[in-house]
Amino acid sequence: MSVHTLTLPAQRGNAWRRLSARDSVARRVDWVLLLAAAALSLLGLLLIYSATRNRTEITDGDPRYFLIRQVINLAVGVALALGVMWLGHHRLRGAVPLFFAFSMGAMLLVFTPLGTEINGQRAWLSVAGYTLQPGEFAKVAIILGMALILAAQVDAGDSEQPASRAIWQSLALAAAPLAVVVIDDMGMAMVLSVIVLGILLASGAPLRWSLGLILAGVAAAVLVWTLGVLDQYQLDRFAAFTDPSRDPSGVGYNVNQARIAIGSGGLNGTGLFNGTQTTGQFVPEQHTDFIFTVAGEELGFLGAGGIIVLIGLILWRALRIARGATDLYSTIIAAGIVAWLAFQSFENIGMALGIMPVAGVPLPFLSYGGTAMFVSWIAIGLLQSVSMKRPLSAA
Amino acid sequence: MTNIPETGRTSRITIRLVVIQILVFSLLLTLGGRLWYLQIRQGDEFAAEAAGNHVQQVVQPAVRGSILDARGVPLADNETRLVVSADRTELGSLPDDGESVLADLAELLGMPVEEVTNRVRLCDAETPQPCWNGSPYQPIPITDEATTQQALQIRERAEDFPGISAEPTAVRRYPSPDGANTAQVLGYLSPVTDEEVAETEDTDAPLLRSDQIGRSGLERQYDSYLRGRAGVTRYEVDKFGSVLGESESEPGEAGANLITTIDSRVQAVVEDELAQAIETARDTHDDVSGRNFEADSGAAIVLENDTGRVVAMASAPDYDPNVWVGGISANEYERLTSEDSDNPLLNRAIQGQGPPGSTFKVITTTAAVNAGYDFDDTYDCSSSYEVGGQEFRNFESSSYGPITLGRAIEVSCNTVFYGIAHQEWLADGGTDPVDNPDDWLFNTAHDFGLGEPTGIDLPNEAAGRIPDRQWKQDYWEANQETWCEIADSDREDYEARIARENCTEGMNMRAGDMLNFSIGQGDVLVTPIQLATVYAALGNGGTLYTPTVGRAVVAADGEVVEEFEPQPNGQLPADDETIGNLRDATAAVMTTGSAAWRFGGWPQSEIPLRGKTGTAEASGDQQTTSWLATYSEDYTVVMTISQAGTGSGASGPAVRNIWEAIYGVGEDGSIDQDAALLPEPNRDLPEIDENGTIIPQRDERNE
Repeated sequence: MSVHTLTLPAQRGNAWRRLSARDSVARRVDWVLLLAAAALSLLGLLLIYSATRNRTEITDGDPRYFLIRQVINLAVGVALALGVMWLGHHRLRGAVPLFFAFSMGAMLLVFTPLGTEINGQRAWLSVAGYTLQPGEFAKVAIILGMALILAAQVDAGDSEQPASRAIWQSLALAAAPLAVVVIDDMGMAMVLSVIVLGILLASGAPLRWSLGLILAGVAAAVLVWTLGVLDQYQLDRFAAFTDPSRDPSGVGYNVNQARIAIGSGGLNGTGLFNGTQTTGQFVPEQHTDFIFTVAGEELGFLGAGGIIVLIGLILWRALRIARGATDLYSTIIAAGIVAWLAFQSFENIGMALGIMPVAGVPLPFLSYGGTAMFVSWIAIGLLQSVSMKRPLSAA
Repeated sequence: MTNIPETGRTSRITIRLVVIQILVFSLLLTLGGRLWYLQIRQGDEFAAEAAGNHVQQVVQPAVRGSILDARGVPLADNETRLVVSADRTELGSLPDDGESVLADLAELLGMPVEEVTNRVRLCDAETPQPCWNGSPYQPIPITDEATTQQALQIRERAEDFPGISAEPTAVRRYPSPDGANTAQVLGYLSPVTDEEVAETEDTDAPLLRSDQIGRSGLERQYDSYLRGRAGVTRYEVDKFGSVLGESESEPGEAGANLITTIDSRVQAVVEDELAQAIETARDTHDDVSGRNFEADSGAAIVLENDTGRVVAMASAPDYDPNVWVGGISANEYERLTSEDSDNPLLNRAIQGQGPPGSTFKVITTTAAVNAGYDFDDTYDCSSSYEVGGQEFRNFESSSYGPITLGRAIEVSCNTVFYGIAHQEWLADGGTDPVDNPDDWLFNTAHDFGLGEPTGIDLPNEAAGRIPDRQWKQDYWEANQETWCEIADSDREDYEARIARENCTEGMNMRAGDMLNFSIGQGDVLVTPIQLATVYAALGNGGTLYTPTVGRAVVAADGEVVEEFEPQPNGQLPADDETIGNLRDATAAVMTTGSAAWRFGGWPQSEIPLRGKTGTAEASGDQQTTSWLATYSEDYTVVMTISQAGTGSGASGPAVRNIWEAIYGVGEDGSIDQDAALLPEPNRDLPEIDENGTIIPQRDERNE
């Protein structure tokens, strides 16, 4: 196991040579991945600006309120990604337990007076005028934590595949944050579950574990349904994507308006800043969970389809990195990120298109939101870190 | 993967990653497919929905054009009133369906609660008036007589009156200048129905839900001119309804004004005289029936001879056209339309039809002359004429001996015409008609324009009826079954005997039918306007004109859009000599004949009047219908009153008074030009100023 540690250039004069050398950082960074993520983030800025410049009731009259904040979020996110790259995911191993504990702590803090409720979900922490969503960190924490546990014995060469004991431990680890969010943040719970499933699959654990997990999920859903834990309005809300009239003033309205906005975009869209649905603020939460509708209306099939293609590029590179990874720890990290970004994108765009139930999950890189942006870029940092560790022959 | 052992990777993990990859790209493909479906396949639908979402239409209704008399005096115009309306949609969203709001409103307006709630309910088959038969999505007017005080209260206490609005609105007004009501000629408006909105959706002039539409009379005939086009301003709005900008808009166009041929002063006189004549008849004892005359209805027309223009047209009983404005009340509607009502909505001048009686004799005379009877030969005016054992008698069985056709008209002798009709009937084959019979009487009547509508520019004109051989055949075919059924019964009453005869021979033209027809009795029907065009043609030397009420359409900016020229509609089937003879005979009617007792002292040499009386037998136990058709060089005046007695008796004084008003003739026969309302027909359109305003030529004497 050759552990290559990245060291940042010490002397400026050497920078170009170091970057252009065969073994350099520049050659090892996955540029397609980086550029796709950057393109989505920049596009996101435009869409957020378009969606919020008229929303004076939430911007205090400053049309660039959300734009400026998202630019800061992006800068922080990119800095975090660079930090992760600089440290490397291997060196972060030691910090994983701490990071996990920090995430869990933050998630529990949400239920203290520090927590803030937005749109009926208690998932935000308000710190010094800045809101954080600790659940987002949990995604990274679960990935790193499970990778650590599942890969330990395999990477040490002690076994071919994760032992049952390790799998139980990793599931117990993941269950903690899941238990916190499952009550009131359906979207987050779904994403975390899919991440766990993806990790189990990619870790080489026997298939019965994955199947068992799926069955457990189905059983839980059936239980919840039959026991009547949920109120009728919650069921209606969940099912509203199949028939918006089931909840016409709530989620159904949202679904319907989202469909109208996207549908009216046609092939070329109305042009950036020209969407009547967007300008008229007919789609609620358009700069966050429904950011895709702005693209659909103003950029049309070409623009919105382009976003799907960019996401596809990221996922393709991430999977490629997963396959090329030199150890199971790295593979699990990359595969976990794929499961996360893929499902979260599918759920987010799917609900805007009316084929998935409405659940509050952001569109990675595009939706307005600090924490989501941070962890998306941390994911890029982790992927790049994995990418830079692989032997060049696999590139 | 050559490097699997090197990376310590098991092939199982690689396979798992490939599976994940397939799953991931399936998801993305699903999204792409769905996106294509929404944006490309269904994109147009959503684009339309998006437009409906964010475009708000504000409609500025067009002001309806005025209807003016020949001098530019408004017969129908608009005034601004405070209209209180209710929005059913908004009321329906209240917990009690808005009942308490309507109750509060009724109290504020000082109206009975029931009246208010009735007005906002929707009409259907079981719902009696008042009810709303317009679109349920349109504000429903409750009253247009709100005071400023009430309107302010409604507006200031908007939270107490959800769904109620009080807006100044242009509403129709029928000002009755000079007392000229003109109700049935003007017609009335009512709200459009949903079907009408749907029907006109794709036309150039789509109807709006808030529109009123002409339902009868001129309001209906000239609706497309008068209505104008509403302006539509489209605003782009956000979901809060705030305006973001203006979208494509269509400017409105005020309705055009209609100048009519009516002279409101003459109209007022005609209406008044008709009403007076009816009043008088009702106070008059009828010796035949032994009770006072019913005088249930009547009509009167003043027509220009040389153009066919209608100067005045009255129908009794009438009503106040303003009752329609702002929604009609239950009582009013009941009074106007119930079975017990006397149908005041009917314009009897064009829709009422009955046997014309002796006024028909000018037609029979023309037929006779055309058939070869010399006008100046003498024909026997015996007291009665017998055909097939049945006796046809003169009026009051009078007898004048051998007289000319002219004298027969003058004294209204029936038997002279019976004789001619009988001869013609025999000549055509009698009960066994020849092929292609001459049918002089029927053909001449058709040539006078009878049996078909005159084509006047008013809706729903009646056609009248000439009971010729074809009609007999058709009528028999339609009724044969009923007749024969009665004929087969054991009944022996009068009806059964007639039915027995009709069952087998009802298609035959019998001698009696012909005799009745020759004096305008039996199955023949004419409308007052048909008779007026016939006498106007005699007055102008033989040209039948299609009568007109519309004179010109003037756009809101003053441009004359259309001028309606006189419409000649053929010549009388009579040569100049015959027309001259008829004119002489009808002049004699006024001086020495049947109408002379009513026109004594008329300045006949200065203003020669001609005419013919008619006293038509009606069916059953009804009293006779009075007809009087008169004409001068310029005008024709026809009056008819149902169940009122003789032509001269019931209508004579009224018709004379109309003539006196037109020409300024005093009761003693003196002529005062200054008092004459219309000594000669109005030839010019009223003056229009540069703003497009039509300047009424008011009568100085009235001011």
